Amino acid sequence: MTFRIKPAMLKIAAAAWLLGATAAMADTTLEFTQWWEPELPAGSLRKIMDDFEAANPGIKVTLVSGPYATTRDQISVGAATGTLSDVVGLDGAWVNNLNAQGALADMNPMMDASKFDKAQVADIIKVDGKAVMFPVASFVYPVFVNLDLAAQAGVTKLPSTRAEFLEAAKKMTHADKNQYGWVLPLSLQTPSGVQNDMMSWVWASGQSMMADGKPALEGKPVVDMLTFVKSLNDAGTISPGIATKTEQEKVEEFVNDRVGMMIDSLAHVNLIRKRNPKLNFDLIPVPVVEGYTGKRGLPYASWGIGISAASKHQEEAWKLVQYLMSEKVNAKLVSLANAFPGNVNAKPDFVTSDKAFGKAFEIFKTGYLANEFTGLPVAEDLMTQFDVQAQKMLAGEQSPEQAAAAAQKGWMAKF
Amino acid sequence: MTRQKRSHHKLKRAVAPYLYLSPSLLIIGLLMLLPMVTVIAYSFQNSAVLRRDPSFAGLKHYQAIFDDPVFWASLWHTLYFTCMSVIFHMTIGMAFALMLNSDRINPTLRNILRVLYILPWLFTAVIIAVIWRLLLEPNGVVNSILLQLGIIGSKVEWFSSPETALHAVTFANIWAGYPLFMVSLLAGLQGIPKDFYEAADIDGAKAYQKLIFITIPQLMPIIISISLLDFIWTMQVFPLIWITTGGGPIYSTEVLSTYTYKLAFSSYNLSQASASAVVILLISLGLTLFYIRYQKAR
Repeated sequence: MTFRIKPAMLKIAAAAWLLGATAAMADTTLEFTQWWEPELPAGSLRKIMDDFEAANPGIKVTLVSGPYATTRDQISVGAATGTLSDVVGLDGAWVNNLNAQGALADMNPMMDASKFDKAQVADIIKVDGKAVMFPVASFVYPVFVNLDLAAQAGVTKLPSTRAEFLEAAKKMTHADKNQYGWVLPLSLQTPSGVQNDMMSWVWASGQSMMADGKPALEGKPVVDMLTFVKSLNDAGTISPGIATKTEQEKVEEFVNDRVGMMIDSLAHVNLIRKRNPKLNFDLIPVPVVEGYTGKRGLPYASWGIGISAASKHQEEAWKLVQYLMSEKVNAKLVSLANAFPGNVNAKPDFVTSDKAFGKAFEIFKTGYLANEFTGLPVAEDLMTQFDVQAQKMLAGEQSPEQAAAAAQKGWMAKF
Repeated sequence: MTRQKRSHHKLKRAVAPYLYLSPSLLIIGLLMLLPMVTVIAYSFQNSAVLRRDPSFAGLKHYQAIFDDPVFWASLWHTLYFTCMSVIFHMTIGMAFALMLNSDRINPTLRNILRVLYILPWLFTAVIIAVIWRLLLEPNGVVNSILLQLGIIGSKVEWFSSPETALHAVTFANIWAGYPLFMVSLLAGLQGIPKDFYEAADIDGAKAYQKLIFITIPQLMPIIISISLLDFIWTMQVFPLIWITTGGGPIYSTEVLSTYTYKLAFSSYNLSQASASAVVILLISLGLTLFYIRYQKAR
């Protein structure tokens, strides 16, 4: 009996080993580090990866997920030690540093080799001519207006220029009732208010804070923006506590009818509705300088994607990037994230089912994505430096011109 | 043979204590010394952590932080924050300990006060920061009460104004930290023999004389030990300041811990951040040595 079974068992074992070894040889496992999975409905990103694996036999994807800040630190260390995952989720603010470390692969040759249609993507982030990141999903920042407060203040036409915005903010302000026209979060803990709530005014009017790849903070666009913010502050229209206010507190004040207008991420629409279902609000593009009629730059934060320069599976990694940037998959992903697509042909389903998102999508389609901090060196540090100078200006310690000059000096040292 | 055995036995006896100590020495080495030495090494490297082949930088990063006026402002803010915190922790802790130790207070009330006074100690730094942010916000409870009492004429932006921010975070830290003193001093007070006070009463000593000549001298070892420890701990406070002000407005609440954090995680200048961390380490080390010498002397 034993004699008969032994060869059979050996055969089975050999076959299993052969099968396993063949599978091991054929399968490439990609590691994909990102912070998106915890922010998406449970299991949804894994499902997209399963679909990718089914469409690309022989490639497996391991998701390495964590909160945003942890992922940022993990990627920085991975870049330094050469252990960066094959595919990485990126924030535009990180790419310059990572590129300086030689950690990101140039996707230009991959695009050329696969005849990738570059016109289908909303943006390609380039550093030193290298294509290092695609924005997969974008979270745009329009102006949220409390329509009830606007109506009570007699604001019948929602502002489309800076002068109109100042007028509307003045009308909506009633300090005795703790009600203000605008809210500006400039906490140094998270200095992103500089990008989202200040520089957005510059980009909205098709202007720039840069010139020839260098900071141009002393130029008219930035000085005018600072002068405008100062005028809002001097008129008492900004909710107090600017220097320590965070984005979360900004949203809370809007939710609680304490401010009439705020610039905020579209990603917060559902949160605002949940916190105050009765809040009657609308979305408008960031107002522009008088007389500007061109396309409006729309500030955004994004979930970007790139490939590690140290990856041994760049070909497979590129397949995954292509897959996530393809029209249908991208539409599915951004629908789950309530974001706007990285593929210009993709249409997320919520824009047809939800009026507010539909309107924001129109603003998105008629404008262009603008965030000049993307790709800059130590972007967060630059924001902190600008933040400090803006705080000094709002505290009355310096003029807008002096604030711009001081920030320019600090920024130049970083370039 | 006997000699050999004897020397072998001697060696065993000499090595044995180190073998017993080896697990803890290993843990201390891995968890304390290794990170410390690594940070010191980073402070002498260019592009530490961020480059695989960092070059030797000498004292460049120390020079850079010593040339930075924000570093000196941070050092001054740290000293102010720490000294004021320790002084008030001690004063309030002593006052409450004396109150809770007094026979003149009803025992039930004393128990209730004991629970109330110890409450701040039960909260984590994050909760304390959130509580004080809510209380001290321009439209918060504190401004409302002060306005109604006519103490202030208009709303004060406690954390957002450069004039008040450092005092506000120091106040929040004082509130959070006095229970440690209170509990330690209360234990000390309960250990002072009653005979001393009875003798003082016979001599006709007044209450303040008993406090100055009996209570404080008897508590002095506790006061010095706890003050030194509090100084070391308060110097390193980070979450309370980070969450309430982020080191701002402008640089008015920047302390060494927030300064170092920003260098590391905002500027990604891990070499300079390491140099700054080494400066904090040296200050803490000086205080620790002082504390150890004091303990030995006792």
